[in-house]
Amino acid sequence: MSSQDLLQFIFAGLTSGSIYALIAIGFCVVNNTMGIVNFVQVDFITLGGMLMFSALFTLGVPLAAGLLLAVSGVALVAMLVERCGLRPCRSENHLVLIFLTVGLSIILRGLIKMFWGKNRMALPPLTPDEPIRIFGASVLPQALWILLLTLCAIALLTWFFYRTPLGLAMRAVASNPTAAAVVGIPAGRVRLTSYAVAGALGGLAGVLVTPITTLNYDVGVLLGLKGFAAAILGGFGSFPGAVLGGVGLGLLESLSAGYLSSAYKDVVAFVVLLAVLFVRPKGLLGK
Amino acid sequence: MTSKEKFGYFFTLHRSGLTVLALSLAVLLFPLFEDNPYTLGLTNLIAINTIVVLGLNLFIGYAGQISLGHAAFFGLGAYGSAIGSTTFGLPPWPTMLLVAVLVALVALLVGIPALRLSGHYLAMATLGLNFVLHTILLQWDEVTGGPSGFSGIPSLALGRFEFADEFRLHYLLWGVALLVLLLCLNLVRSGVGRGLAALAGDEVAAAALGVDTKTAKVKVFVLSAVLASLAGSLFAHCYAFVSPDSFNIFVSADLVIMVVIGGMGSVWGSLFGAALITVLPEWLDMFETYKDFVHGGILVLVLIFLPQGLVTGLIETVRIRLALRRSKDAAA
Amino acid sequence: MLQLEQVSKNFGGLPALDEVSFGVPQGQIVALIGPNGAGKTTLINCITGVLPATSGRIHFRGQPIEARQPHQIARYGISRTFQNLKLFPRLSVLDNVLTGLTCEGGDSILMAMLRFPYLRHRERQLKLRALEALDRFRLADKAHWPAAVLAYGDRKRVELARATVGRPDLVLLDEPVAGLNTEETAEVAEQLKRLRSAGHTLLLVEHDMELVMTVADRVVVLDSGRCIAVGSPDEVRSNPLVLRAYLGQMEATT
Repeated sequence: MSSQDLLQFIFAGLTSGSIYALIAIGFCVVNNTMGIVNFVQVDFITLGGMLMFSALFTLGVPLAAGLLLAVSGVALVAMLVERCGLRPCRSENHLVLIFLTVGLSIILRGLIKMFWGKNRMALPPLTPDEPIRIFGASVLPQALWILLLTLCAIALLTWFFYRTPLGLAMRAVASNPTAAAVVGIPAGRVRLTSYAVAGALGGLAGVLVTPITTLNYDVGVLLGLKGFAAAILGGFGSFPGAVLGGVGLGLLESLSAGYLSSAYKDVVAFVVLLAVLFVRPKGLLGK
Repeated sequence: MTSKEKFGYFFTLHRSGLTVLALSLAVLLFPLFEDNPYTLGLTNLIAINTIVVLGLNLFIGYAGQISLGHAAFFGLGAYGSAIGSTTFGLPPWPTMLLVAVLVALVALLVGIPALRLSGHYLAMATLGLNFVLHTILLQWDEVTGGPSGFSGIPSLALGRFEFADEFRLHYLLWGVALLVLLLCLNLVRSGVGRGLAALAGDEVAAAALGVDTKTAKVKVFVLSAVLASLAGSLFAHCYAFVSPDSFNIFVSADLVIMVVIGGMGSVWGSLFGAALITVLPEWLDMFETYKDFVHGGILVLVLIFLPQGLVTGLIETVRIRLALRRSKDAAA
Repeated sequence: MLQLEQVSKNFGGLPALDEVSFGVPQGQIVALIGPNGAGKTTLINCITGVLPATSGRIHFRGQPIEARQPHQIARYGISRTFQNLKLFPRLSVLDNVLTGLTCEGGDSILMAMLRFPYLRHRERQLKLRALEALDRFRLADKAHWPAAVLAYGDRKRVELARATVGRPDLVLLDEPVAGLNTEETAEVAEQLKRLRSAGHTLLLVEHDMELVMTVADRVVVLDSGRCIAVGSPDEVRSNPLVLRAYLGQMEATT
């Protein structure tokens, strides 16, 4: 294999890795504030792509506006899910709450299926599809967009968590929920925000990735599972871990697809997930 | 003690046994009144689902954990039996056992690392397993038949008596389902079962009472996987055809819904949950369109209002009401 | 019977227990007292294996138990109650007490599923023993109630019944009378004495001084994770270090 191919695989890995990182952070945010795995995350991804599709072809707005509309739309839906779906449940039992997110995910998927149908759709990339050559490897402009926007999202999140009062409150809840409740941090608002953030990240991932994959009602399931595997790889709950895990998983996947077999590319994430649970359950950067 | 009291006492003491007896009788006589093969096919499917749900319910209700990939074990059982008895021409019954042992090993492999941790890693690990299995079933077509499925699976037989039509299968499948039901009832009413109930209630307290919590979780997980595998094998021999879509993650989600409807940790509830979700599409014509809403909606509403599950939740509410009234009477 | 040697426990560098050493002789009631935050419950958790001790040795009947899992320690014959009651609300009162006999049913899941006749026989015997225990705690008439509907005092008694039904050698009681009225407290004191005469050894964490002074044979005083006094109730009462620890706390709170 030439070094050109290797570079090609690395670019592909970085691209999908960025997407996994976005999804993984979404899982971590909700886990840190509520202590549960949020299965609705999976549908936030699909919904992002779908809203983008409608914004472009039904409303006919320009790309940048469509992107903003889709991301904020998913964040809004995510807040609705928390407020109307999870809040009414009186149980604090994690088992019940996780099942609840499974149920909400099924409903949301049903809604998506009803509005957009079961057919595969195609979303155009952010800029025209002419590969750019970088050091001999050809890279789609969409891949560069993915890298750029992921970096922007991470920077924005860092600012939010370290420079705003609400971000501080969320970090406080993550590190010690009881103490946070004692000093009067509003648990409800923190939960709502964590869902909004998770939704926005999932939506962004959906908008960015569906031009490369395809868009249909259950595209998010596999992506979500890989995002979760990335979160575990990095150490569940750790944001730097989620980024590292995402990129690591993306690289592993594209290299194994390139050098081993592409038919079983989707199996890599699961093997990684199990291997991490076996060898180092706290993940690469876990506490 | 009057004879009426004696009868009442006898009834309370043996109520589980009597209910099983009544159910067996109903199962025995059912085909005499209903010989429509379509209806029998449906009730046969209920029997198969009941076996899976009983195992899954023990795991969710007693280990307090979530498996979102039980369709994988179901599918492994089905394809294992299909390939073993068709491609390799092995006798079906021993194949069924062999496959169950292999599935138990797979469950151990997934369960030991994921259940060692606190939290719900197993949910994702099993979901992942389900995804992988589905991918393999689709991709490895020279062995599994790929997306078009695997056909020509021989039917089960005892000697020369072949379980080839719905009528005969009814007795086979319900016989197995009732047997599994009885075994599960025995388990939950034993000392081991109480230890598991303690585990579901509070892990620290259970350990302080001498329950080996980590091992118990893995054991129940393996047990539930084995039951799913047996049900899968029966499914394969019963329909003579299997395809990957019977074992995707959405089937796993349906199984979880059956458990939640029945109530976590409830043996009888499992039967009810399996029956309801299997029959529901037959009742609702436009069901295909709204399937997700009905399923998701049931799950969400039950969890919000009766977090212990529909049947258990209702029974428990009644029990607590009664006990409260009695304690008020005693005080007055 | 139980011997602690220099048991320490750190939480992220903060010492909760600092080289605690004392012994619990067979057949006695030993009370563990100390101001809030002295580390009493932490010590119970270290003995029962819920929290592993950072260093030090714990021997039970001559066997080291500091590295054992909670369920193994329970099987050696140490049972406990919890400060914030850990009953199983979904189970009946009788079943709750029966869970206290888990150690005696070391069967496999398979055996339980097949329900052999010998199991049925033993089940009946266990049930009889549980009913006897309920009788001792005057709960027999509520045996089939769900534990969730019991009053607080009754719940405490169910927990006591559960902790003693298996005839453990050592019972650790974490605040058995907290939240009970004087009448109920006196009743628990009677129960504790009766348990002692039945051959149980008890280690009691308690705030209620009156109870401690009436039932305890020995008193161990903890303060900020250190063992500052061990002796008979009278000795401890007149120990200046103990007075200072308690008075100091009273000054701080008033």
